[in-house]
Amino acid sequence: MVRTSLTFVAIAIACLFLADLETIGVDPWAEFSRMALGAVTPDFTATDRLFDAVVQTLAFALLGVALANLFGFALALAFHYRIVRVGCAFIRAIHELFWALIFLQIFGLSPLTGILAIAIPYAGIIAKVYSEILEEADPAPARAAPFGSGAISIFLFARLPDAWVHFKHYSMYRLECGLRSSAVLGFVGLPTLGFHLDSAFKQGHYSEVSALLILFYVIIATMRYWMHKRLLPVYLIGALIALPTGAAISTTNIVRFFTQDIVPHPLRVAESIDGAALANFWDWSTTLLLTQAMPGAFNALVLTMIALVGAGACALVMFPSISPKFFGSKSRTVGHVFLVVMRSTPEYILAYVFLQLWGPSMAPAIIALSLHNGAIIGHLIGRHTETMRSRPDSPKGLNLYGYEILPRIYPQFLAFLFYRWEVILRETAILGILGIPTLGFYIDSAFADIRYDRALVLIILTALLNIAVDALSRRIRTRLRLKTTLDHG
Amino acid sequence: MPLFDLRNANAAYKGATVLNGISLSIEAGERVALVGRSGAGKSTLLRMLYEQRAKEAALLPQELGLVRVLSVFHNIYMGQLNRHSAWYNFVNLVRPMEREVEMVRTIADRLGLVEKLFAPAGELSGGQQQRTAVGRALNQGSDILIGDEPVSAVDEHQSRNVLESINEHHDTVLLAMHDIDLAITYTDRIVGLRDGAIVMDQPTAGMVFSDLDDLYRN
Repeated sequence: MVRTSLTFVAIAIACLFLADLETIGVDPWAEFSRMALGAVTPDFTATDRLFDAVVQTLAFALLGVALANLFGFALALAFHYRIVRVGCAFIRAIHELFWALIFLQIFGLSPLTGILAIAIPYAGIIAKVYSEILEEADPAPARAAPFGSGAISIFLFARLPDAWVHFKHYSMYRLECGLRSSAVLGFVGLPTLGFHLDSAFKQGHYSEVSALLILFYVIIATMRYWMHKRLLPVYLIGALIALPTGAAISTTNIVRFFTQDIVPHPLRVAESIDGAALANFWDWSTTLLLTQAMPGAFNALVLTMIALVGAGACALVMFPSISPKFFGSKSRTVGHVFLVVMRSTPEYILAYVFLQLWGPSMAPAIIALSLHNGAIIGHLIGRHTETMRSRPDSPKGLNLYGYEILPRIYPQFLAFLFYRWEVILRETAILGILGIPTLGFYIDSAFADIRYDRALVLIILTALLNIAVDALSRRIRTRLRLKTTLDHG
Repeated sequence: MPLFDLRNANAAYKGATVLNGISLSIEAGERVALVGRSGAGKSTLLRMLYEQRAKEAALLPQELGLVRVLSVFHNIYMGQLNRHSAWYNFVNLVRPMEREVEMVRTIADRLGLVEKLFAPAGELSGGQQQRTAVGRALNQGSDILIGDEPVSAVDEHQSRNVLESINEHHDTVLLAMHDIDLAITYTDRIVGLRDGAIVMDQPTAGMVFSDLDDLYRN
């Protein structure tokens, strides 16, 4: 375990030399003080805009997650088929922002774009989690059912009820993730919170920025009070009404996208598939691979490795701030607020803020990813220490940390961290949209240049990279015998 | 023809012999208790007998097989899952029908569970859970009941009540039991197992407690 950790730290340090960390912000601290001033003087006067942002964010999240639940459940029932498992792994390896970029080309700014962008990757995640839950259901009731009971009846009575409780919990967690995703979709043009955040940032209206973010935290923090089973139909119908009708969906657009736009350019323009066309296709592929895919993947991996170790370090530093083993309840409140803000803010928005300060280098991305993921893990570990028993004469302060707490939480900590590995990689790709030259940067540019064929190849490569890292992380977890059933974020 | 018939049957679990040369035949209408120390092979023998009549017998396994989040009503209703369409079962899962509730209530009443009819099975005491599982078996309306320690967690008074209702509802009854008194009172034949073999097989009529001493002696 120590060796694995040290190897990862060594890799991260090596990556630091390879990373572009140069900051080009003109006067970051002046800008930062303006932001800080905005943060403490939230401006809720633009009520129309704020209301609209909140409603749209909720609407996309609710419909997207509801649809994902439906499809995810259906797929979970067929999860024993290899094709379903592989398909789900693939659709969840593509970040919702990339799905949104794809659907923007097909459906334009129609609500369908946002709903599907959330529903598709989430369906892939939910299918996996639900199938695991169903597998863990107690088999004894099914065995005690009378002979000749239909398979559906047995499923309904003997397996579903146990799983249902877990489904409900997990759906709530997914809805929280859905709200974050929905907010971030605003950055590519959908009318959610991110859209308003983006324009408020660009105009330097930091008071409006903080108002938007505060509203966002309030929605997430109060979720368990407003999210009730009975109210769900009301919310879903409300969401359907609230969404803008948007541009009409053009079938010619859809057809063109699938039959022309995504066909690699050399094949599209070729009159027939002959030697020359194939040679062109070969050139096109190698150029794409060498000039975009490889550097993009390389940067994404460099950033991921640094951010992974950074997140681990942040978590280890931050968890004592909410642990009763180290601090009293008053000081812990401060720790809790900090961690809640850091983990509720989507890493995309955190990175966006830091990029405003330091310009597009890897440094802001590293800080954003480390803080966000560190806060998530720190929260889980801190909570874990609450139930830990220690002897009455145990040491205090640093000695307690080093000799008692750290050795006991370390396996759990590594398990959490390796779970975040694939998530961090998926995020680094997305941060490319903000200008950091990871895969997402090239994907976004390809979309901007209307070269959908390139974009699609790069997205598929990104997905394969994610699947590879996920598999590697699972192997390391198994080798270190770390607990392997946890929520996927 | 006997309802159950084993000829020189053997069973092994993980390489160790559990049952050795068992020959046993049981006619319809018999009430048989399997007794013996724990580990003697009672559960395995019951399982083998159940497999001979799996299509018709109601089974009451030792681990009960209750769905903990579902109510007592639902768990007892499960005894009739094979009588109805999936759709009908689904409706009763979501919103129990008056007719079904009345039917289940009669059984719950007999077992002293009527106040708990809509309490989740997982929140009941061990004895109440065991009675719920008995309710599910009774509700199957099967002629044969095979039960593995059906009253191990139920108090003396309720045990008698449970065994009486089992005898009322089922024609042929096979029970693994550890309470010899109850076995003598509520069954008419006792089969004693020791180290995976049948060492006694007698009618209970006229039998007294000490007749079984051999079975439990070291």
